[in-house]
Amino acid sequence: MKYTTETMLVGLAAFLALLGAGFAADEPFRQHAYVLFIVLALATIVLMRRIDFSGDKMIPLRADGSGKAAAGATAASEGTTVAYLDEVVRYGVVATVFWAVVGLLVGVVIASQLAWPDLNIQPWFNFGRLRPLHTSAVIFAFGGNALLATSFHVVQRTCRARLWGGNLAWFVFWGYQLFIVMAATGYLLGITEGREYAEPEWYVDLWLTVVWVAYLAVFLGTLVKRREPHIYVANWFYLSFIVTIAMLHVVNNLSMPVSFLGAKSYSAFSGVQDALTQWWYGHNAVGFFLTAGFLGMMYYFIPKQANRPVYSYRLSIIHFWALIFLYIWAGPHHLHYTALPDWAQTLGMVFSIMLWMPSWGGMINGLMTLSGAWDKLRTDPVLRMMVMSVAFYGMSTFEGPMMSIKSVNSLSHYTDWTIGHVHSGALGWVGMISFGAVYHLTPKLWQRERLYSLRLVNWHFWLATLGIVVYAAVMWVSGIMQGLMWREYGEDGYLVYSFAETVAAMHPYYVMRMLGGVMYLAGALIMAFNVYKTIRGEIRREVPMGSALQPAE
Amino acid sequence: MDFDYHAMRAFADSWGLLAMALFFLGVVGFVLRPGARQAADDAAAIPLKED
Repeated sequence: MKYTTETMLVGLAAFLALLGAGFAADEPFRQHAYVLFIVLALATIVLMRRIDFSGDKMIPLRADGSGKAAAGATAASEGTTVAYLDEVVRYGVVATVFWAVVGLLVGVVIASQLAWPDLNIQPWFNFGRLRPLHTSAVIFAFGGNALLATSFHVVQRTCRARLWGGNLAWFVFWGYQLFIVMAATGYLLGITEGREYAEPEWYVDLWLTVVWVAYLAVFLGTLVKRREPHIYVANWFYLSFIVTIAMLHVVNNLSMPVSFLGAKSYSAFSGVQDALTQWWYGHNAVGFFLTAGFLGMMYYFIPKQANRPVYSYRLSIIHFWALIFLYIWAGPHHLHYTALPDWAQTLGMVFSIMLWMPSWGGMINGLMTLSGAWDKLRTDPVLRMMVMSVAFYGMSTFEGPMMSIKSVNSLSHYTDWTIGHVHSGALGWVGMISFGAVYHLTPKLWQRERLYSLRLVNWHFWLATLGIVVYAAVMWVSGIMQGLMWREYGEDGYLVYSFAETVAAMHPYYVMRMLGGVMYLAGALIMAFNVYKTIRGEIRREVPMGSALQPAE
Repeated sequence: MDFDYHAMRAFADSWGLLAMALFFLGVVGFVLRPGARQAADDAAAIPLKED
């Protein structure tokens, strides 16, 4: 493979990172630059080992002609790769599984820290630094890689065209992994902008912008050179996700660094404008990263797995436009009863409630795709996983608008109820549809007959489902209890409970919540094992799913 | 500088709102127009065409 230019650029970047460490304006930036230097130096070494130094253009070291033979083999292998660019999707699937395990593991750790504060290890592994690590690892590393891999797969298959831009897709993949590593190590070093789901500092934000523009170019380029006249609806959702995230990321992260080689920056906005910008970003990260992108997955992988076209294509188009038009306004519901003007709060609430319609339209569309094929749920745990995911999409998009109503929000805001809601959406909808896509893609991408074991998928399905139910139910109880305790007045007009008393009351729920997370993590570990065995090409001999119910012959 | 807050706010909740609402209604009308069923069915079959 010829990565000579790329190798030199990565090596140069490693050198610049070393200079950045040397001339750093503050200690966190110096440490972070050393992390970047180590990562890039390792990447340079790996890349250099891939360069063939024995070609004809090199100074001949040996006279045995082995260089010519190697060059001939390269040309032959390049001649066969005229079809889809699947290798980057394979890497994306492996990265998705890896980051899923990491992100969920960190989630279990911080859930344990809430239950047993002694587990806070200062300074790198305390709750304050691990919590953004968890949210970024599950949303951007796990979810982001799932979106990258599936969008590259879906856009090629539905456009019947190879990814545009040659190796640009590889730049997007590895550039995105570098963003994840820099964001994660930054949190542990204490580098943060303090903006929820947008914690990375200015230099990491700039890098993500570069990667994201390349992602948009690859996706748009593939759409432009498509051989299918119509752009399938899944690509509309993916494209809206890419474009909107670019806009949200750039506007929300407008900030001024304190120094050119320093870690600290200050936002371009202040006060309530800053808060609204942050939650305009924050809620649309939910709407366009965690919803629109994964709806693209739903509209491709459920029809594929069920082997039936989507229930109503026209409903899917209306779903798309209604979601796009409504979601962007819903952010202010995160700022009820704050300094935000009252009309803006009401606007956010009204648009959140209107979102019920497209959300449920989309849910019905996904579920009804199985009409006439419901029996497949008995034998196909992958399809079962996807259906459960759509069911959780329906449940959490019912709960969300309800919680955005001001009177409900006065009870639910700042309590664990919000955490429970987020997790029923993230674990149920986002997680399950991604697992379904991984299980669908793995045998196909590695040309295996089937998955290593469908029984293990069934185990994963039940562990994940029970884990979510435990998690969400426990958070409802503890959240509503917490909210009621905070607002409890005695006859003398004073608050009945101190804050510490509400914290003590939640201890048993924190322990149970951790157990729900452990169940979900156990399911993900089973998936990692199953995917590993499938890639190895092994097939487990087992009784087929649903065979026990078949009539005797 | 005409682009002060109040001017933009007034534009957003009048002409801006009207334009977006009309665009959305146009989309719904276009999707549900007579004769769109065949095109929609063809589009829905795209993922099932290949492998």
